[in-house]
Amino acid sequence: MSAIYNPTVARLTYRALLGRRRALILLSLPALLLVIAVAVRALAGVDDRAATEILGGFALASMVPLIGVIAGTGAIAPEIDDGSIVYLLSKPLDRRTIILTKLWVAIGVTVAFTTVPILVAGLILNGNSQQIATAFAVAAGVASIAYSAVFLLLGTVSRNAVVFGLVYALIWEALFGSLVPGARTLSVQQWSLALAERIAADGADITSDVALPTAVIFLAAATVLGTWYAGERLRALTMANDE
Amino acid sequence: MTTIHIAKTSRWFGNVVAVNDVTMDIRPGVTGLLGPNGAGKSTLIHMMSGFLAPSSGAVTLDERPIWRNAAAYREIGLVPEREGMYDYLTGGEFVLANAELHGLPDPGAAARRALDTVDMTGAADRRISTYSKGMRQRVKMASALVHDPSVLLLDEPFNGMDPRQRMHLMDLLRTMGDEGRTVLFSSHILEEVEQLATHIEVIVAGRHAASGDYRRIRRLMTDRPHRYLVRSSDDRALAAALIADPSTSGIEFDAAERALRVQAVDFGRFTTRLPLLARDNGIRLLTVSPSDESLESVFSYLVSA
Repeated sequence: MSAIYNPTVARLTYRALLGRRRALILLSLPALLLVIAVAVRALAGVDDRAATEILGGFALASMVPLIGVIAGTGAIAPEIDDGSIVYLLSKPLDRRTIILTKLWVAIGVTVAFTTVPILVAGLILNGNSQQIATAFAVAAGVASIAYSAVFLLLGTVSRNAVVFGLVYALIWEALFGSLVPGARTLSVQQWSLALAERIAADGADITSDVALPTAVIFLAAATVLGTWYAGERLRALTMANDE
Repeated sequence: MTTIHIAKTSRWFGNVVAVNDVTMDIRPGVTGLLGPNGAGKSTLIHMMSGFLAPSSGAVTLDERPIWRNAAAYREIGLVPEREGMYDYLTGGEFVLANAELHGLPDPGAAARRALDTVDMTGAADRRISTYSKGMRQRVKMASALVHDPSVLLLDEPFNGMDPRQRMHLMDLLRTMGDEGRTVLFSSHILEEVEQLATHIEVIVAGRHAASGDYRRIRRLMTDRPHRYLVRSSDDRALAAALIADPSTSGIEFDAAERALRVQAVDFGRFTTRLPLLARDNGIRLLTVSPSDESLESVFSYLVSA
């Protein structure tokens, strides 16, 4: 019976995310991707292989999780840190509504700052040949949802959310995943790659370590469980004793 | 008319007990929650405002529990001690957001009214990040008043305010109390509390030390034995004269300090008798200094009383 969206919470969250320095950080990574795409196209011409490597190796592997960390944790962690969350919590408002609203905002920001630049970069790189740009844009969109939920949870439970988020994004997803085969099964990146693999043409050479049905189940489970638990934690949030 | 009931409530953090078996009712009118820093005032206010579950006991608004009961916030206005408050908004936007979050039918009018009550209409279009401490405090007040709550909880509201702002806030809280609202504020400064509160609850080291109107608390505090360190031209003669007077209950000659340690039971009489006795006996007083005037010692006396 709780509402799934509160416009005031959304407005405050958008302004926190898109105001100040955060917007610059959010913009810098997509800008870098576009610069790389233009440079590669200019120097090497149209090359499907380069497109797959840039969109898979940089955009999906690094840019999407990083933007997910900034948007997901940024949607709630600063408010918990400086105590301003009390103004949301001391209202006749279901705390699950607060979490859900913040999730929508984090998803919206992450999707906007990842799928659009990936699509544009893909068009620049090879004109969406073999559906590579579409495949990675869809994968980024789906990954954005899961990352937003996971990092929103992280922002709710930990004071060092950004650090843990970066460790996950950079070490687990990028490094650990390539060294330890098992780690890849538990990777948002691999789950979303399974989707990209399906969308792109066979010649695109996009492969995931996870089968598509498994990937979809894992994506849904991470999103739903992450959001549910974040709601529970916010309902039980206590004020630290400052004294 | 709303009453907050705190019944046999304790709260511990690990093995630190912050609030220890406290029972009190906060009724309509202005109540001051007095105690030294670290006494557990904030913990108590956090439990009254639904941000901490009691480890044992119950904290209720009339008969309804406050913990995990978001509906209680329709009646509670909270002014937190911490400064974090969406600095990137203007004061007006901030109060309006609070009105909307309460689901008020006309949030714009409610926000304007609340800003007017705290005299912040003129600065409502400025960003909170440009506000002085006193202005921030007033905007916090406006956000707490925007839904016309019957209970107002304020955690150390006078901290960092200048005297004029302090008077303004005191007037405002007095009005709220007179209107029949239940107003509770915490402070570690007795003068602040007795200027404003008709009823005082004293908390020391997590325990409920005293309760009553400020005259009773004031008497408890001044009637306690006072200790003085006294040096004079003839300590032993002065000691003999003092112990003969009923205002003292004990005198120790401290050879190391070359001074008398005097315990006075009647504070008023002692302070007038001491110079007279000295003059009558031809003794010169060199030092008279209270040795336990710190607030902590006053409070610890209250706890043991």
